[in-house]
Amino acid sequence: MRKPRDPGSYLLPVVVLLGFLAIWFFICYSNLFPAYVLPSPGAVWKSFREEVVSGRLADDIVASLWRVAVGFVAAAVLGIPAGLWLGQHMHARQAFVPMLNFFRFLSPLAWIPFAILWFHIGDKPAFFLIFMATFFPLVLATMAAVATIPSIYFRVARDYHYKGIELLTKVTFPAILPQVITALRVSYGISWVVIVAAEMVGCQDGLGYGIWEARNGLRLDSAVCYMIVIGLLGMGIDRLLAQLTKLPNVRWGYER
Amino acid sequence: MYAGAMKDKRSDSRLVLEKVSHSYGAVPVLNDLNLVVDPGEVVVLVGPSGCGKTTILNLLSGYIEPVSGTVRREGIIRTVYQQDGLFPWLTVSENIAIGLRSVEDPARREKELLDLIALIRLEGFEHHYPHQLSGGMRQRVELARVLAGDSDILLMDEPFSALDYQGRLRMRWELVRLLEKRPHTVVFVTHDIEEAAQLADRVLVLSNRPATISRELHIEALRPRDLTDPAVIGAMKEILKELGLQV
Ligand SMILES: Nc1ncnc2c1ncn2[C@@H]1O[C@H](COP(=O)(O)OP(=O)(O)OP(=O)(O)O)[C@@H](O)[C@H]1O
Ligand SMILES: [Mg+2]
Repeated sequence: MRKPRDPGSYLLPVVVLLGFLAIWFFICYSNLFPAYVLPSPGAVWKSFREEVVSGRLADDIVASLWRVAVGFVAAAVLGIPAGLWLGQHMHARQAFVPMLNFFRFLSPLAWIPFAILWFHIGDKPAFFLIFMATFFPLVLATMAAVATIPSIYFRVARDYHYKGIELLTKVTFPAILPQVITALRVSYGISWVVIVAAEMVGCQDGLGYGIWEARNGLRLDSAVCYMIVIGLLGMGIDRLLAQLTKLPNVRWGYER
Repeated sequence: MYAGAMKDKRSDSRLVLEKVSHSYGAVPVLNDLNLVVDPGEVVVLVGPSGCGKTTILNLLSGYIEPVSGTVRREGIIRTVYQQDGLFPWLTVSENIAIGLRSVEDPARREKELLDLIALIRLEGFEHHYPHQLSGGMRQRVELARVLAGDSDILLMDEPFSALDYQGRLRMRWELVRLLEKRPHTVVFVTHDIEEAAQLADRVLVLSNRPATISRELHIEALRPRDLTDPAVIGAMKEILKELGLQV
């Protein structure tokens, strides 16, 4: 059922990108701003090559990905079951939802002082901040998904004697899986935003730290290079997560 | 043989409502209802919307308990619900296999599954998901699921009401054909008077809420029955008269 590819789908973004680069070039070479305020594409490319050759960029990418992965996986492993449980217990929902909402709306960056006092410098404060940023939205999204499962599925499950753990794994979980995948994508997006800030204060490497260091050295060319890498990696990983929505047993959730 | 074993099981199946009354809060829905469904019988309930037809099925299946009176049931009961009851995350095969969960022997399960898919004529669609099927195909999968394994009694709540007219006509034939191959006791709810006249051994016309049985009609003609069969037309006249829709 593959649709013929519409040439606009890849040509148009390329046109926009080229236009953007052209404006950037134009502004730089018309000398509207001094070079230390607005680095030129050429300077960014040069610093990109330096960072690659020195191996620093690769190290920073690995460090950031590792921190996001650990914090995010921990949030998913704890948050999704918690959401499942809350979704099935009305009183627990009544008890916990206001608190969960409170923490969801509390910017994860507000935890930075605690992160540093408790975990000092290194990977741990970043793990902690990523976890705090993604755990609450994941719990709430999973819980809301469980609460809106059509009751007909549970009636059918009862007719065919699904109980306990089997009911959970064969009915409840597959029924919410499309929404859980969406929630994972959204909270991954949050964690990728948070990692940059977390590394600016709590780490000595990573993509966020790279930007911070560039600022300290007034090397905006290097900062822009890191920004581009952050944006591209973020998009790339989201594309990977989007592949999950192509699994045959979740397609139904996106096609109505 | 398996089919024989099933026939024997069917003869133990029985559904009985004795002086059953039910209400939701202060709203009385059923009043002193008596009903005995015999093994192998196809009973069709017709009545105005909101009169309590779904409630009767829920009482028969044991999903709800009556406020007063007794319900007795023998045999394995399966329901086709008014809403779409297939699991959208499972394929056609996997959905039908749910009906075979109680079958212990994997070889028999496999064979049954193939038989059922052939029976509903969905060969080639085994690995399709419900959202990739038409409404009529989905209903056939639901039928296969309830017919599968050791079920004795089918409760069907307006199973074809979401289909267009021709789709409904086809599904009636289909149901008759399937019941021919795999006899079951059936309680079938519908708004559709034609459907009642073509399918039923016995039609029960229900009154407005609180529902009582206002008319009981036996139809002896063999199935499948043509729409123009005199027995069908006669039954339709009687039902329409009872509902106050014909002079
Ligand atoms: N869970 C419930 N709580 C309160 N009232 C209910 C409930 N279920 C049904 N009712 C009421 O009971 C009456 C009978 O409902 P029921 O669903 O049995 O009707 P029905 O004959 O199946 O209608 P339809 O043909 O529209 O499906 C209706 O008036 C409805 O409002
Ligand atoms: Mg109903």
